[in-house]
Amino acid sequence: MKKKRALKQTTKSNLITYAMLAGAFVLVEILLSTGNISYMFKGLLVPLCYYSILAVSLNLVVGILGDLSLGHAGFMCVGAYVSASFSVMFQDAIPQDWLRFLIALLLGGLVAGLFGLLIGIPVLRLNGDYLAIVTLAFGEIIKNIVNLLYVGIDENGLHVSMESSAALNMTENGRMIIKGALGITGTPNDSTFLIGFVLLLITVFVSLNLINSRTGRAVMSIRDNRIAAESIGINITHYKLIVFAVSAFFAGIAGVLYAHNLSSLTATTKNFGYNMSIMILVFVVLGGIGSTRGSIIAAVILTALPEVLRELNDYRMLIYAVVLILLMLANNNEKLNHFKEKISISNFLRNRKNGNTLDKEANS
Amino acid sequence: MDFLSYLVSGISLGSVYALIALGYTMVYGIAKMLNFAHGDVIMLGAFVIYTISTTLGLPAIVGVLASIVICTIFGIVIEKVAYKPLRKASSLAVLITAIGVSYLLQNAALLIFGSDTKSFTSVVTLPTLKLFDGQLIISGETIATILVSVVIMVALTLFINKTKPGKAMLAVSEDKGAAQLMGINVNRTISLTFAIGSALAAVAGALLCSAYPALSPTTGAMPGIKAFTAAVFGGIGSIPGAMIGGILLGVIENLSKGYISSQLSDAIVFVVLIIVLLVKPTGILGKKIREKV
Repeated sequence: MKKKRALKQTTKSNLITYAMLAGAFVLVEILLSTGNISYMFKGLLVPLCYYSILAVSLNLVVGILGDLSLGHAGFMCVGAYVSASFSVMFQDAIPQDWLRFLIALLLGGLVAGLFGLLIGIPVLRLNGDYLAIVTLAFGEIIKNIVNLLYVGIDENGLHVSMESSAALNMTENGRMIIKGALGITGTPNDSTFLIGFVLLLITVFVSLNLINSRTGRAVMSIRDNRIAAESIGINITHYKLIVFAVSAFFAGIAGVLYAHNLSSLTATTKNFGYNMSIMILVFVVLGGIGSTRGSIIAAVILTALPEVLRELNDYRMLIYAVVLILLMLANNNEKLNHFKEKISISNFLRNRKNGNTLDKEANS
Repeated sequence: MDFLSYLVSGISLGSVYALIALGYTMVYGIAKMLNFAHGDVIMLGAFVIYTISTTLGLPAIVGVLASIVICTIFGIVIEKVAYKPLRKASSLAVLITAIGVSYLLQNAALLIFGSDTKSFTSVVTLPTLKLFDGQLIISGETIATILVSVVIMVALTLFINKTKPGKAMLAVSEDKGAAQLMGINVNRTISLTFAIGSALAAVAGALLCSAYPALSPTTGAMPGIKAFTAAVFGGIGSIPGAMIGGILLGVIENLSKGYISSQLSDAIVFVVLIIVLLVKPTGILGKKIREKV
């Protein structure tokens, strides 16, 4: 009996998430077709999609795996650069926009996922603190390396250098693809709101199904008690790697969207650095660690809000920091948690229905 | 001669890493947490010196002393406000809070001092040393860094092994509950650890910015991460390990800067970290900790 009810609850929760997304999509489409939408908000539509994808994918690591990745922007950077180079290179060779973008998406996501695997293999065997520091270092290093990278193409093939464009030794027909700190220019603007939304939907679908699958339950059992999970034969590194690689894959997808939303791509602290990784972490923490729906809501609010309240822009990072600290302190404050339980309406209703207080724990 | 000069400046850089790594390793040993904000305390200390010595024009020694005092106070306050309420919380919550504190310090400095890089006036007045007919040049900063670090490391080792508060720190890091039963004030010991760690970070900040005189709100971030790498390299939780790890890492970094590529030296340092984690996650001097159910 009880098991059936629990299953229903997750299904219900997932349905609410999909309904919310569908509602948002319909609303935006109506606004777009009636023209009741400001130019600024129109420009925000694709960013809202990739920020939501980033938040949902980081939520997999922070909420389900229970570890901290501070290099999410780094995976995004990998996806963005790989896909943008591909698109610039094959702009003429593949004239069909959709086919080129599809390959770019897969390529960006897969390479980012591969990087996730490479980093995950040595680090995920250890406890969570190491993952935080290694991913942070990875994010910074990827950003620095990309800024030093010069790639060009001519009839002899690809030329790569880490010094200057002159060191590439290209023939005169050669074409620059990555110009060091100047990045990649001339990326086709393939990202649209529709594609972004579909990708977000896919991310949410994969994420929710992963969480409710055998793998997801195994990973959550590792999060809750590593030793107990190991003793019943769960291969910790294996399951952690799956989730981490999937998360990196979707961060790469978000990077592809990002790169194809702008015509020139450069790596700075603001877009692929530490600041970005922290911002995504704030989305996840503010939305409620472990909640896919919350991550999306927080990402949308925090992306749209600074555009509306421009005066606060200077203080945005400061506010993010305070939000992180205060939320963690509030979550772990016994008195506050007790108070929250007392005033919680759903708890009150359930207790009245069941006539007992045994379920009290279920909500904590 | 090139090799020797890389080696000497590597040891100097490594001593700074060692000073910072001591803060990480002591806090990790006692509070079992990764104090992400440690690197930003370095930046804070350097800005205090910059304000007092460059802007107000007071002597450098006043700046250094003020920086040590202010960083110590900050270390204690950060622990009391942000970390103490989370003693029983999950390690993820503590980690996120620590990142929040680090981000707060960086952005507060950004708002107060601006994002432009300031040129830091060296606090060291030692003359440059020329050896082997001027073939090997050792700057005053390098000498001062090595000397100061050696003195601090010896003093710290004596403090921890010979004095009562130092032994209390060892006891708390071994077993918090048992230490409390023996009449050790655990909260005060943890505060003391943060205070010492932050004071060392202030000294490290002064030395680091004297040798590399560019100061910005993110100055502390990279040395902070590298010092953590050093702490892991030496075996996290182990004090002599942090010293050895720091110096080795500084030497590796400078040699790779000299012989491989100056732009890739950061990446090489982290490759070292990944190799250490793969081969011997407990580091050179670390003990294997058995998890109990």
